[in-house]
Amino acid sequence: MSSPLVAPPVVKTKSLSCPNCGGPVELRGFGHALTVVCPQCFSVLDASTPELKILQQIEERWRRTPKIPLGTRGKIGGGEFEVIGFQTRSVEEDGETFSWDEYLLFNPYKGFRYVVEYDGHWNFVTPMEAMPHRIALGGRPGVIFEGRRFKHFSGAEAVTTFVLGEFPWRVKTGDKVIDDDFIDPPTVLSAETTDEEVTWSRGEYMTGAEIWKAFALPGPAPRASGVYLNQPSPFKSGGMWTSFGGMLAMVAALAIFFSVFSANRTVFEDHYQFQTGDGREPSFVTPIFDLKGRTASLELTVHANVTNDWAYFNFALINEDTGNAFDFGREVSYYTGSDSDGPWTEGGQTSTAYIPSVPPGRYYLRVEPEMDANAGSFVRASNGKMTRVNRMSYSITLKHDVPDYTWFWIVAGLLMIPPLAHTVRGRNFEVRRWMQSDYPPVQHGGN
Amino acid sequence: MSQPISNCPNCGAPVQFRWSGAAQTACPFCKSIIVRTDIELKNVGEVADLPPDPSPIQLLTEGSFGGQRFNVTGRLVYEYENGGWNEWHIVFSDGSSGWLADAQLQYAISRLAPAQALPAQAEISRGKVMTFNNVEFEVATLTLARYKGFEGELPFPYYGKSDMLFADLRTTGSQFGTLDYSEDPALLYLGEWVEFDQLQLKNLRQFEGWA
Repeated sequence: MSSPLVAPPVVKTKSLSCPNCGGPVELRGFGHALTVVCPQCFSVLDASTPELKILQQIEERWRRTPKIPLGTRGKIGGGEFEVIGFQTRSVEEDGETFSWDEYLLFNPYKGFRYVVEYDGHWNFVTPMEAMPHRIALGGRPGVIFEGRRFKHFSGAEAVTTFVLGEFPWRVKTGDKVIDDDFIDPPTVLSAETTDEEVTWSRGEYMTGAEIWKAFALPGPAPRASGVYLNQPSPFKSGGMWTSFGGMLAMVAALAIFFSVFSANRTVFEDHYQFQTGDGREPSFVTPIFDLKGRTASLELTVHANVTNDWAYFNFALINEDTGNAFDFGREVSYYTGSDSDGPWTEGGQTSTAYIPSVPPGRYYLRVEPEMDANAGSFVRASNGKMTRVNRMSYSITLKHDVPDYTWFWIVAGLLMIPPLAHTVRGRNFEVRRWMQSDYPPVQHGGN
Repeated sequence: MSQPISNCPNCGAPVQFRWSGAAQTACPFCKSIIVRTDIELKNVGEVADLPPDPSPIQLLTEGSFGGQRFNVTGRLVYEYENGGWNEWHIVFSDGSSGWLADAQLQYAISRLAPAQALPAQAEISRGKVMTFNNVEFEVATLTLARYKGFEGELPFPYYGKSDMLFADLRTTGSQFGTLDYSEDPALLYLGEWVEFDQLQLKNLRQFEGWA
């Protein structure tokens, strides 16, 4: 293109002389600076005018040394950025002063970013143009941004207590803004409110080690203390519960597998009558039945039609060939009635006994029922006397190789311990986080 | 695209309009502001050289937005109490015109919205909410600014204006708007905040020490 236009020459960095001490003041921001601070005498200078008017002198007691020196470049947030400014801001709360450091980062094409540090916790901060939608979250203020919900954490007046380097806006110590933080870890959205405007920014949590690596700083990063407002919880319980769910499903599949392959076969079933005081021997033996296949469980169910009464059964499962016996007893008791609370029942007409492993073989069952004769009704005996007689009818069912789920519940319970412990520790982490907020969780056990 | 060539009414040097919609340019030799009253060129004053500026964008920078290529043809520089910003006039490949704003390296692209009923200057205040194209816009800041200068070609003659009010309209997302009260009735520009990388800009300025 035959253009008469000449492209502007390469933009050069500038160095100025401090009007107060005469020392060199380097400008790294190619003319974006409105404020620059002399690194020798800490005069805050108005960089928008060629004469560099002195705006203020920072007292010695407020001076701080940035952990990342001015002029350091780092690879962060998808680009290369240079530290060109530094400021310290403080809030007063209950007579205590909390201070944090903000590093202004610059790239002549991509613009400005910040790195913010408090007590070894770091955030990479990007200015935002959007104004997040304000909502109420559980009775507290919150905002929605890009589909995520952010809870209000704290709001306080922040005062600038120290500045160094250069800034593309007017800044001096004593500047005040209302700073409100909304969190959805690892992200924090911050609103800075002045009389003129509300400025939003978005911070992403970073560890000291990540910052040290990004800016190639010597030595180890200072240790972080406490839990920071948007520090991601190391106890994210979601994953643990997902793997718990996965393992539980596997165990459940195993349980279903075993139940499908359990024969669950009825090997004996019969009905009987019993009455007291008929002079007959109450005990008897059943016909012989076969337990085939593997050594497996045997389940005995006895159902008796007792009401407001009890019956007791002595059982012996006897191997016809070896004479080995399993002795056990079962009570059936069922009471029902009605009182001021309405109708009630207690017990039941069915009782079950479970023998975990019975070897295969030929077996019979010895049964000896008992009842309380005095709970019965009067009948005339053959000798003409009135005597009390108690009676019942009952049934006995024997099932071989029944599925057993007890182990399943034990395994499920054991599997639940790690995620449960993780969740509890996660809760504690959140309590420690929110203790620093405007909404400290209620603590039990005094102040 | 036609590129009418004529002569500067002040010094006679050849003046070329690279963009057929241009209404104003500056003579590259004598710095006269030249307004096109179709075919006739009128000299309406003189521009001072623009002060050095750190924008990475320059005339003839090219980029892409919304699937369309664009060229930077002109620039307006505004200043206000707390600094300044650039409005780069861009022409898309379909010949339509837009603006690429660069305010402290925060970038936005906007276009003039069709004429519609807009609140008068006296009715505008911070926090006021209005709806355009079913999107709610909130007045975030009011800025009283003035022209600091221009270069290249502009779609309208701008010279001789004093202080003017701009209302910065924000949304809950990346859309934004500007109400420009330098005209009566006011003009509405609607657009989007963009990331530098998103624009795929070429032919940018070079900065010492930055590759």
